[in-house]
Amino acid sequence: MNKIIQVRDVNKSFGGVVANSNISMDVEEGKITGLIGPNGSGKTTLFNSIVGYHPIDSGTIHFDNREISQLKVQKIARLGILRTFQQTRIYSKMNCVKNMLISAAHHNTKWLDMFTEYPQELTERAEHLLEFVGLYSKRFLISGDLSFGQQKLLEFAMALMNEPKVLLLDEPTAGINPTLINGLIDRLKRANHEFGITLFVIEHNMRVVMNLAESIYCLAHGEMLSHGTPEAIKQDQKVIDAYLGAH
Amino acid sequence: MNLQFKKIIFYAAILLAGIFAPIVFPAYTFQLAVLWMMILFALTWDILGGQMGYNSLGNILFFGAGMYICTVVQIGMYYDVAEYTAHFGAVKIDFTPYQYFTGISAGLVIAAFACAIIAVIFGWIVFGLRGPYFAIGTLGVAIAAGELVGAWDYVGGGGGISLPNYPGGPGDREMFFYMLCFISAVCTFIFLKWLYSTRFQLALNAIRDDEEKAEAMGIHTNRYKTIAWSFAAFFLGISGGIFGNMTGFIEPLEVAFPTVTFGIFMVLMVLLGGKGTLWGPVIGAIIFHVIKEITWTYLLGWQWVALGALIIINVVYFQQGIMGWAQEKWPEFFGITVDEAIASAEENSPAEKEASL
Repeated sequence: MNKIIQVRDVNKSFGGVVANSNISMDVEEGKITGLIGPNGSGKTTLFNSIVGYHPIDSGTIHFDNREISQLKVQKIARLGILRTFQQTRIYSKMNCVKNMLISAAHHNTKWLDMFTEYPQELTERAEHLLEFVGLYSKRFLISGDLSFGQQKLLEFAMALMNEPKVLLLDEPTAGINPTLINGLIDRLKRANHEFGITLFVIEHNMRVVMNLAESIYCLAHGEMLSHGTPEAIKQDQKVIDAYLGAH
Repeated sequence: MNLQFKKIIFYAAILLAGIFAPIVFPAYTFQLAVLWMMILFALTWDILGGQMGYNSLGNILFFGAGMYICTVVQIGMYYDVAEYTAHFGAVKIDFTPYQYFTGISAGLVIAAFACAIIAVIFGWIVFGLRGPYFAIGTLGVAIAAGELVGAWDYVGGGGGISLPNYPGGPGDREMFFYMLCFISAVCTFIFLKWLYSTRFQLALNAIRDDEEKAEAMGIHTNRYKTIAWSFAAFFLGISGGIFGNMTGFIEPLEVAFPTVTFGIFMVLMVLLGGKGTLWGPVIGAIIFHVIKEITWTYLLGWQWVALGALIIINVVYFQQGIMGWAQEKWPEFFGITVDEAIASAEENSPAEKEASL
């Protein structure tokens, strides 16, 4: 399998706080990869490093065999790595359809495209994806008025609208009730299978991540603690210690 | 009568009112011209302030820059500018009608494009600032521009420049400038109506709602911000050129870069009418101008107090403005609806149940 994201020896410190220390990991194309770890272990920092949100101190990050650690956020997004945020971020004063339309991919937009109207097929795709996440009837509502769970679904649909190669999801189920979580897991799997999007997921909910991911990385104190299949991770004494505080 | 037909009648009525207003009320021609200019101010301020969420206090920079660029081009086409400004008051230079009209046409066109270019350069510097820092940064640049021009002798310094005389009677002159103001405001409106029907508006709105998200989604945010500002600058440059000629005399602080009057009025008008809408700025400008003229006429001495009271009421009790209030009161009219037919069909489907939990 092709390793679409390759992180090698990445270090990142904020002042005296070492958030990531010598992190190396791979995301395999077409698979779902999980990232777990206790609070403050550096998961979101690693995400931010990959999407170019801040420069890394040392190491390399390759996407599709291209070094991306020097590129800016927008450029990386246009290459095809997209992330969702831990605190859901949508365009809260626009309606759902507009949220979707503006999320369509920007990698091959020309200068003059910004002065054209959206083609009909794009609107249709937006509505199709809103249907996919169950928000079709609410498509003309102002997105900021939706419930938190609905906003999470909208953010997910916006990410799909962009047709990324890799989607980085930062705690997709945080703050969502258990019934909705099942629906979300199902949709994440379908996005992976049907749309062929590689997923890289930070998740605290063990049931979710064990169910979803084929390969799991575990971070603790900014270091890569363990890597393996869900079964291997479940049995790993180091991981159990990290979560229970024996470290 | 279908909706399309009603719309055509509505716009035609406005155009006819605009054309005939100075003929019916000749005593108010100058005031009506200023009203159109105010509408242009509000519309251009709203591009950034309303649609994009960047509250600029320095848009007056482009008004003043347009005014000076237009004037220098007008004079410079036929005379030496330094000599003209140095002899201010001492020599009277008459422009022939041909010189006058070619000068003002070239001046307005060059002012418009030069201001758009200034916006690109200026945007490159200040778009690194966000929120209140952007407001203060732009305000600083506008004030600095006024002071710098005041110290520049080539353009008359603090003493200002008196513009070429209009080659015709006073009645014709008023009508000429009224029409220029009217046409430029209408063109601005039409341009923005078109612009807000394209992807451009959605990108601006996305930047307003969450710029970081917009970046993370790969939108060329800097490109959109810069172009939006140069559109505003383009039309403000034209309005500055017209206003300078209409006043007949320009100087840096009170006429060209009036930060505390026009510079603040453009913000207030948009807040009053409703940010981020096409009609809000127009409605806000009309109401504001009428209130301002009434208080300046009947409450002289207290006019600034009345204006201050209006600002306080607006900001404290009426933040969303007239259009924002209307949208909250009648959301269906603005298309903010739940699709009832589909909602009831979806009621039994599991997907919808989850989503509404």
